[in-house]
Amino acid sequence: MSEQETAKPTAKTERSAAAKWSRRGFIGAGVLAGGALLIGVGVRPGNPVGKLKAKVAGGAGEELVNSWVKVGADNVVTAIIPHCEMGQGAHSVLAQMLADELDADWSKVEVMQAPADGSYIVSDAARMFVAPFTMNAADWIEPTWDGLFTQIGRLADVMITGGSSSIRTTGQYQMRIAGAAARKMLIGAAADEWGVPTSEITTRNSTLIHSGSGKSAPYSDFAAAAANQPMDSSPALKDPKDYRLMGKSKRRTDIPAKVMGKADFGIDANIPGVELSDLSYAAVRRAPVPGTKVTSMDAEAAKDMPGVQQILNMGSFIAVVADGYWNAQQALNTITAEYSASESPIKTTADQFAAFRDAIDAAGDDGGEQAASKGDAASAFADAATKLEAEYSAPFLAHAPMEPVNCTAWVRDTDDGAKCDIWTSTQVPLMARSAAAGALGMDDEDVTVHHPFLGGAFGRRLENDYVTMAVRVAKATGYPIKMIWSREEDTQKALYRPADVSRFKGGLDAGGRLVAYNNIFTQRHDPAEASVPGIYDIANTSVRVAEAPLHLPFSAWRSVDHSQQGFFIESFIDEAANAAGADPLEYRLSMLGANTARHKGVLEKVAEISNWSTPRGEGIGLGVAIIESFGTVGAEVIEVDMTSGRPKMLNVWAAMDAGYVMNPDGFRNQIEGGIVFGLTAAMYGEIELEDGAVKQSNFHDYQMLRMDETPAIEVAIINSGTVPIGGAGEPSTSPAAPALANAIFAASGKRLREMPFAKQFA
Amino acid sequence: MIEFTINGQATSLDADPNMPILWIVREKLGMTGTKFGCGIAACGACTVHLDGEPVRSCSTPLSAAEGRAITTIEGVAGEDGALSAVQQAWISEQVPQCGYCQSGQIMSATALLRDNPEPSDEDIDAAMSGNICRCGTYKRIRQAIKVAAGLETAQSEDEAQESAA
Repeated sequence: MSEQETAKPTAKTERSAAAKWSRRGFIGAGVLAGGALLIGVGVRPGNPVGKLKAKVAGGAGEELVNSWVKVGADNVVTAIIPHCEMGQGAHSVLAQMLADELDADWSKVEVMQAPADGSYIVSDAARMFVAPFTMNAADWIEPTWDGLFTQIGRLADVMITGGSSSIRTTGQYQMRIAGAAARKMLIGAAADEWGVPTSEITTRNSTLIHSGSGKSAPYSDFAAAAANQPMDSSPALKDPKDYRLMGKSKRRTDIPAKVMGKADFGIDANIPGVELSDLSYAAVRRAPVPGTKVTSMDAEAAKDMPGVQQILNMGSFIAVVADGYWNAQQALNTITAEYSASESPIKTTADQFAAFRDAIDAAGDDGGEQAASKGDAASAFADAATKLEAEYSAPFLAHAPMEPVNCTAWVRDTDDGAKCDIWTSTQVPLMARSAAAGALGMDDEDVTVHHPFLGGAFGRRLENDYVTMAVRVAKATGYPIKMIWSREEDTQKALYRPADVSRFKGGLDAGGRLVAYNNIFTQRHDPAEASVPGIYDIANTSVRVAEAPLHLPFSAWRSVDHSQQGFFIESFIDEAANAAGADPLEYRLSMLGANTARHKGVLEKVAEISNWSTPRGEGIGLGVAIIESFGTVGAEVIEVDMTSGRPKMLNVWAAMDAGYVMNPDGFRNQIEGGIVFGLTAAMYGEIELEDGAVKQSNFHDYQMLRMDETPAIEVAIINSGTVPIGGAGEPSTSPAAPALANAIFAASGKRLREMPFAKQFA
Repeated sequence: MIEFTINGQATSLDADPNMPILWIVREKLGMTGTKFGCGIAACGACTVHLDGEPVRSCSTPLSAAEGRAITTIEGVAGEDGALSAVQQAWISEQVPQCGYCQSGQIMSATALLRDNPEPSDEDIDAAMSGNICRCGTYKRIRQAIKVAAGLETAQSEDEAQESAA
């Protein structure tokens, strides 16, 4: 904090933190639940975790995030969901999975966001949360609940909502087990009371039934007694034929509030006990070039502007605190500043792409890191009957969630020492807590994170840069502030999907089969397999990564490396098909390697629903792409009309195999949205550099696909039964760009090797 | 003092007449259903009605509301809390994902259907293309508008369960 200097606050509005923000006003803010909890049933930490871990493929770590179920006196079952709701529907679908195993009455199931804070177990707020239920529960319950919170806290690095993982890991390995274990305990309690074997008790709609004696009772009657039952940490789970809720398109629980304007997002945060008129707002401006600082500022004009309370030079950014966001931003707009020089030699987009190409050139024929290797790709290329060389590129991209980055923070001294509370939209609440604690020099336990709905994220809210900024401002003011980034700040000062260049040298044998595949690029982040054409049987493959400087900071962006690699690989395969004189979809089928039944399935399905083999009119073309990502195999066909000379997208067909889809309508919504996200990037997405800073600033120059350009979309779901099941949020994004580029080629003969496309038809 | 009605309530406010209605509604009146998206009338997240006409509240000063009626998403449902046909269709078609833009989408769609009860696809494009949905729910928004207009049948929860080959 040594870099921080505080500009002289305006006397008229400076206020005393201590006087205005009483502790009394805050107590209770962290309490998530009241009412009559009779029992909580959870998966005991430490006990089942070891067994569960072995069941989770990939060792993602997320299997250790526990989940809970509560049964209330009113027989309402509450599923406590450890994932954030950012539009992907995880709250509802995870509750569906838990409730199905529990045989709960879906009309009486409620969803609660899990408190993402290990400090609940030691704070007053935690005691208040647990208290109503400990009064009625057996002794083991409280340690279990405490243990669960502890476990969550300890796993700060894995409580993530990302990687299209909520349903396929947390749902499959935690929510279902929690539901099934709870059901077994309820049955055990009823069996004891009724004096009948557990095997004779059935369950239906939150009711225990013993048909032999005609007895039945709601779960709530046995909720307390169930607490004394032994808990099975690996109960038998339902066979798919017995699913009542899983696999059904149950309506999402969060949607009614979202159509009434009543859903709270991070930006809507209210601080309990703080009057609306007493909240302060911060507008911020970071130094424009990554890594640079504010060396001086002229804030004379801003000081006298309406509502301004404080003007802060925080080193890497300027903050204006005012009585409202508008006043804060208006004042900030008048401030001029000098910034330190950037050490990056990259000033322009051309510089960045030159750096990529220089790195690839420098790697030569065998330099760089070998990411995949099979056979002898160099010799195979030399000997090939037909040679293909192509270079593709993709630009930087911003995430641009509709809810601009924001964070509300309050840092204050209490009788228990310094405390901080933050309210923010985040995919990683516990990392947000650690980031805040780190910035403030506090212990994690002294920071509480409140995280409501996210107004979109797409990877942006895996980062905590904004959390750090907000708590630093709040520490400087001493009173709560709601920091809101302007859209310009959000577009220009964020973290980005990296740009890249990818070069291919491919060789076809006399029969047109791709037998040599040499590829080199510079950006490899995650997932590692994204750059490997593993679904195809190519005899000789060499994939290399050259090291190149990246001017803008990296951030995961919906589908991460697949977002570029999908375009590179599936465009190149299309070029190979064309060089072979083959139908692009048939060619892909002919090139599929081992263990590709699902790939064959989605290609055949998408061919069927798109009427692939039916010729279109002059100037209209179909393009296809297939990508396996996040456990799901997806093929997309796009129909584009080039008769006007510019691409007009008519239709998109997608066939997706996620193994088993838990909520078909919700899955479809994700696939549809992922396609629009991919097409937006394909047509318009481009962040450029000028003088080392981002050139684009808002939706007028960082364009989004809108209603009038969005094609019709049809999604076919294939439940192949493959386990583990795949994700929904990301797999449809990456095939969209190559399918469109391939369709444009089919329609016009113009091969697009650079993203984005729209400007190439100006 | 600037006088206006908001969702039928007569209101007078001593506030900066240049301040956009968005911030008045959110920060002075505490109605947070109307969202900040871009600040330059380019995304539609902040759409409210001013005397029934959809306006971008981030770029409409409070002074423009003098003597007029503002309607926000909180005022779309009936006084008895009954959801409007548009809101009901948004549920039956399961439109929202993150939901952040949907208040603005619903305000634009509500104005469209009041003026044009049976809109064509082109009419829907013209009325709705000022509203960005980053989650990409346009297909469902279009369908929900047709359902609200009575041009298509609402998807029931059971009907949505089909599919999966």
